[in-house]
Amino acid sequence: MKTPPAHLDSPAGTPAARLSARGLTLAYDDHTVVDSLDLDVVENTVTCVVGPNGCGKSTLLRALGRLMRPRAGSVELDGRDIHRVPTRSVAQVLGILPQQPTAPDGLTVGDLVARGRHPAQKWYRQWAAEDRTVVQGALERTGLAELADTPLQELSGGQRQRAWISMVLAQGTDLLLLDEPTTFLDLVHQIDVLDLVRDLNRSGGRTVVMVLHDLNLAARYADTVVVMRSGTVLACGPPAEVFTPELLREAFDLEAVVTADPVSGGPLIVPVGRAGGGA
Amino acid sequence: MTPTFDRPVLHTRRAFTAGPVALRLRPRLIGTCTAAALVLVALVGLNLSLGTVVLSPATVWANVVGLTYDDHFTVWQVRMPRIVVGVLAGAALAAAGAITQTIMRNPLASPDLLGVTHGASAGVVAVLALGGSYGAVSGPLAQIGAPAVALLGGLAAGALCYGLAWRSGIDGFRLLLVGVGISTALMNVTIWMLTLGEVDDTGRAMVWIAGSLNMRSWTDALPVAVALVLLLPLALVAARTLDALSFGEDVTRALGVRLETARTAALVLAILLAAAGTSAAGPILFVSLAAPQIALRLASTPRPPVLLSALVGAGLVATADLIARTFFGSAQMPVGIVTGCLGALYLIHLLVRGNRKGQA
Repeated sequence: MKTPPAHLDSPAGTPAARLSARGLTLAYDDHTVVDSLDLDVVENTVTCVVGPNGCGKSTLLRALGRLMRPRAGSVELDGRDIHRVPTRSVAQVLGILPQQPTAPDGLTVGDLVARGRHPAQKWYRQWAAEDRTVVQGALERTGLAELADTPLQELSGGQRQRAWISMVLAQGTDLLLLDEPTTFLDLVHQIDVLDLVRDLNRSGGRTVVMVLHDLNLAARYADTVVVMRSGTVLACGPPAEVFTPELLREAFDLEAVVTADPVSGGPLIVPVGRAGGGA
Repeated sequence: MTPTFDRPVLHTRRAFTAGPVALRLRPRLIGTCTAAALVLVALVGLNLSLGTVVLSPATVWANVVGLTYDDHFTVWQVRMPRIVVGVLAGAALAAAGAITQTIMRNPLASPDLLGVTHGASAGVVAVLALGGSYGAVSGPLAQIGAPAVALLGGLAAGALCYGLAWRSGIDGFRLLLVGVGISTALMNVTIWMLTLGEVDDTGRAMVWIAGSLNMRSWTDALPVAVALVLLLPLALVAARTLDALSFGEDVTRALGVRLETARTAALVLAILLAAAGTSAAGPILFVSLAAPQIALRLASTPRPPVLLSALVGAGLVATADLIARTFFGSAQMPVGIVTGCLGALYLIHLLVRGNRKGQA
């Protein structure tokens, strides 16, 4: 699986798309969730998908990660229809952390993270030196090395979330799709996780797509934000261009003031709310 | 942070390496498997020595290895086939249970609930009760044919459940509901057929339904032995896939496993094992439910280990048959009744203890 990805052939200066959605329509039974959506995830960037509850963010991420089949349209991974790429080959380049993942009770953190090596292993080669190194590294990146022998269900919500992120890291893919990696985390750990994600992107060269709830964190950590509403993309671009009071009203029915983030200089969204600021 | 090697955290996860082979060493699992195998050998020995004629362990040993032929008939013709059939059936049922519980992620999922057991019963009763006097199949032939019919009936019912539950994929919960429905229907058909047959024939059918090891011969052992030899290694090689299947569906797919293919293959494996086990000794209840859960706790693994479950299942049947043969004097208890009672007690114990909920 070391064939050069298609993006290396793209002309210099044109950022290549690792993942693209073309006319993507997604549905559960009769209920259409995403309707003929187009999207490009550019190599080496962090993309954040935001939108109100039920707008189809998680469904879009599942389709991008090949966890569900599109009703119409397609998802392309490095220029190939992702459903024509073998499941295992996809798992060797693309790691996805679904929303509320479940593991069997009694599984320890170390074993969970070790399962992330699955796509790289064969039945007779399940625990090579490389697997150990990668698992150890993934545990340490999320600060869980000391908890390797603790059962997953004894962890706090935040530690558990970090354990799952470790598992995806152990997969060693350069594409990461994370569905709300900061749920259950307190603010400190949210920042920790997002700093880790940025680090993976900046120094690790990974391409990341995240679903995030917090608009200000999305503004801070994303190169590109994708704003969705009712299964379509309302806006897509750098946070500073996308997050305007008009768009927030259109997407979230939210009255907000957009000011400059004193730390990053990017946009900072301050909701006005019903009180109108006067209280 | 730089990765530091051989920190205590991963010390507990050693590897066995030889050329391209690199397997995780699981000392606790190896230990419990060895212990379970030793206990099983002891139980088989006890089964060979106890009964109406009590033989000393030395006599049993001498007869087994062929130093003497004094009690050859008792050891090799009466007790040995019976215990071998019981042990093999127990192992097959328990392995099937371990696989089903893993892929359904439900500790109550067992082949008993997938139609296999009741399908086998219905098939056997159809032949024994109806074929005996009415049909073309007569007494002795019906007895020889019973395991084959059980195998067919079990497979057919398992396939039917699977087919009915399929809706662009298998949902574990739907499969269990369909299985319970089919099982109930088959149970009623079985009872209805019992009312139709001649008393002699239905009597034999009733004994079979209760799960009995009485009068088992070497021919009963053959199909289940073949099934174990072929299928158990497959299940062990597939351990890695079973590990992946014990996660939620999205995680399994994310790990690069073709979910439907892998789960269907595992389920077919379980149905074959369960049908083979049931065909040998009738429906020995609760082995497929309880043995994997006992194995899980002995080895403290996140999912029931297949090999240890098989050993525990074999030991469970050996114990139950020992009780069934010796505790009730001349009234021979069918082993299925004993495992049913033991299993029910064990299940209640699990539920009452409740500090660690059932796991798959």
